[in-house]
Amino acid sequence: MQTALLIEQLLNGLQFGVMLFLMAAGLTLIFGVMGLINLAHGSLYMIGAFACAGVAAATGSFWLGLLASLAAAAAAGAIVEMTIIRRLYGRDHLDQVLATFALILIFSEGTAWLFGSFPLYLDIPPLLQGAVELPGGVRYPIYRLAIIGVGIAAAFGLYLLIARTRLGMRIRAGESDREMIGALGVDIRSLYTVVFALGAALAGLAGAMVGALQSVQVGMGEPVLILAFVIIVIGGIGSIKGAFVGAILVGVTDTMGRILLPALLTAMIGPAKAAGIGAAIASMLIYIVMALILAFRPQGLFAARG
Amino acid sequence: MRNLIGASLLACGLGVSGFAFAEPVKVGMITTLSGGGAGLGVDARDGFMLALKLAGAKDIEVVTEDDAMKPELAVQIADKMIQSDKVDILTGIIWSNLAMAVVPNAVAQGKFYLSVNAGPSPLAGAKCDKNYFNVAYQNDNFHEAAGNYAQAEGIKKMFILAPNYPAGTDSLNGFKRFYKGELVGEVYTKLGQTDYAAEIAQIRASGADSVFFFLPGGMGIAFMKQYAQSGVEIPVMGPGFSFSQDVLGAIGDAALGAKNTASWSPDLDNAKNKEFVAAFTGEYNRLPSIYAAQAFDTGSLIAAAAAKASVKDADAFRAALAAAEFDSVRGKFKFNTNHHPIQDFYVREVIKNGEGVLTNKIVATSFTDHQDAYVKDCKL
Repeated sequence: MQTALLIEQLLNGLQFGVMLFLMAAGLTLIFGVMGLINLAHGSLYMIGAFACAGVAAATGSFWLGLLASLAAAAAAGAIVEMTIIRRLYGRDHLDQVLATFALILIFSEGTAWLFGSFPLYLDIPPLLQGAVELPGGVRYPIYRLAIIGVGIAAAFGLYLLIARTRLGMRIRAGESDREMIGALGVDIRSLYTVVFALGAALAGLAGAMVGALQSVQVGMGEPVLILAFVIIVIGGIGSIKGAFVGAILVGVTDTMGRILLPALLTAMIGPAKAAGIGAAIASMLIYIVMALILAFRPQGLFAARG
Repeated sequence: MRNLIGASLLACGLGVSGFAFAEPVKVGMITTLSGGGAGLGVDARDGFMLALKLAGAKDIEVVTEDDAMKPELAVQIADKMIQSDKVDILTGIIWSNLAMAVVPNAVAQGKFYLSVNAGPSPLAGAKCDKNYFNVAYQNDNFHEAAGNYAQAEGIKKMFILAPNYPAGTDSLNGFKRFYKGELVGEVYTKLGQTDYAAEIAQIRASGADSVFFFLPGGMGIAFMKQYAQSGVEIPVMGPGFSFSQDVLGAIGDAALGAKNTASWSPDLDNAKNKEFVAAFTGEYNRLPSIYAAQAFDTGSLIAAAAAKASVKDADAFRAALAAAEFDSVRGKFKFNTNHHPIQDFYVREVIKNGEGVLTNKIVATSFTDHQDAYVKDCKL
């Protein structure tokens, strides 16, 4: 029974990790290529979830909703990049933080105005409902397995895109030397828009998939955004590989900590206190991990730029 | 401009004190209107405003602000409302951690605070205050009723779960006060947590006969949806908050049949409640939640007290509040010596009504004339 619980928790950690990766990948690309701190990334996640819930409610199809979430988040990302973000690349980080924070407020209020303050209903598609028996006697929800699959596929796709395509080459070149690739005749403005829209679409996808598991509501993106920042700092800013490893590390640490710490403390100080103290330490755990990693590798695990 | 109005209100108050009727009352409502807890605050605000409207209380002015579920923000808003808006009464806070940050300071400055929801245990016991009235409940109450129900049903092994904040610890303490069976798991989660896979895995491994969870707002929606998908078939129960009207629509059919405990239900049989449910549905085009009902009672109580005494005469107004002479949607209502209600608690079940909307129906009574466990510590 205990091994089954451990396997299930590992899967949970993995699922949480790949979901975080979808958020962190866009964030790290945008920071790595454009040097922009985008606090509004969580809003794009929320837009994805609302687009999916809205379209799924109107058409009855989760899959159309999923497509809509990709389209809506990418479109929102591209529009925001062209109208607002583009003016911020040359500014310092404080200006970027202020402007993108304003975007969070605008998106949140706008969404509340359109959809109301009550959470929306978004159900898992019938195909992916229920749980399956895995080897080792573990019953695990099919939908969470599907999220793991989509996340790993997205990671692999991103790897191919960046390592094997012309667009990826330009992105890598943009990370190393922005001015130089502009001077070499690459249309840097449209490259930035494409990278921003790509990052936004990944965040929208994460929002839509998670929306079916949790609740679709205004402000759902910000807690995930904080974790995504932790991940890109751990993984090394600008590195997709770092974002993947960091995301899995954070996902597994958080999930395992939540169950192992209270269990460990119960043995030492008894169940009543352990539940509270264990929960408190577990919620700090990923930040402790981040502090430790930064103490030994200040540039993160896989820094894109030395 | 606000200062001016405030000052002139104050002047009016001083000038015509002794005139009980038509004395303007200024109420500051601090509640959660954005983020994951917005549904609760919006319902509380709407219920409160509806009560004032139905009572015809035109001379009660309300200033509303959003605390975004953040204690530091709630404290700032309270200071601003007291100092520059010159409110007489504060109300509206949903979350106990915010109430603990705001209430002691506000009542120390001689303001009245009427709680529409949060009822942390210190404010019912050792830290109770003559100007603090809780119209809703003491935090433990719903959970005590659930513990009492689980005990009466003879459930042998329970798994209990709540967020790690004042109302969460009050919740599990309340449950344990009346449930004497075996606890196979007691888990505190992070406030605002949205992924419960780790906790659900523990529930699956625990071998419990039933799960009791207290997760208000978006937390409960996330938990129930994930629980329904996990393949775990242990029945769930909870306090009314976990299956309140504001979350049922988003949880969907997974909530059907769940037992939960509360002091109020949309089908509670009394004239005032019928009027309230009909008026609320007509005005806002949705069924009211427990938060709306409690805030409605708070509004009715303020309107009734303001008609009897001037808010500028603190002692008379306090006596009018304590007398609680208003028609409650909960039927009978009275305050204990610590200004917390003595009331009945019901067991409700989630059903689909005639129009296919998920809602609650009373199936049993858990407590009659129940008082909280902290009243003996209150020196009022």
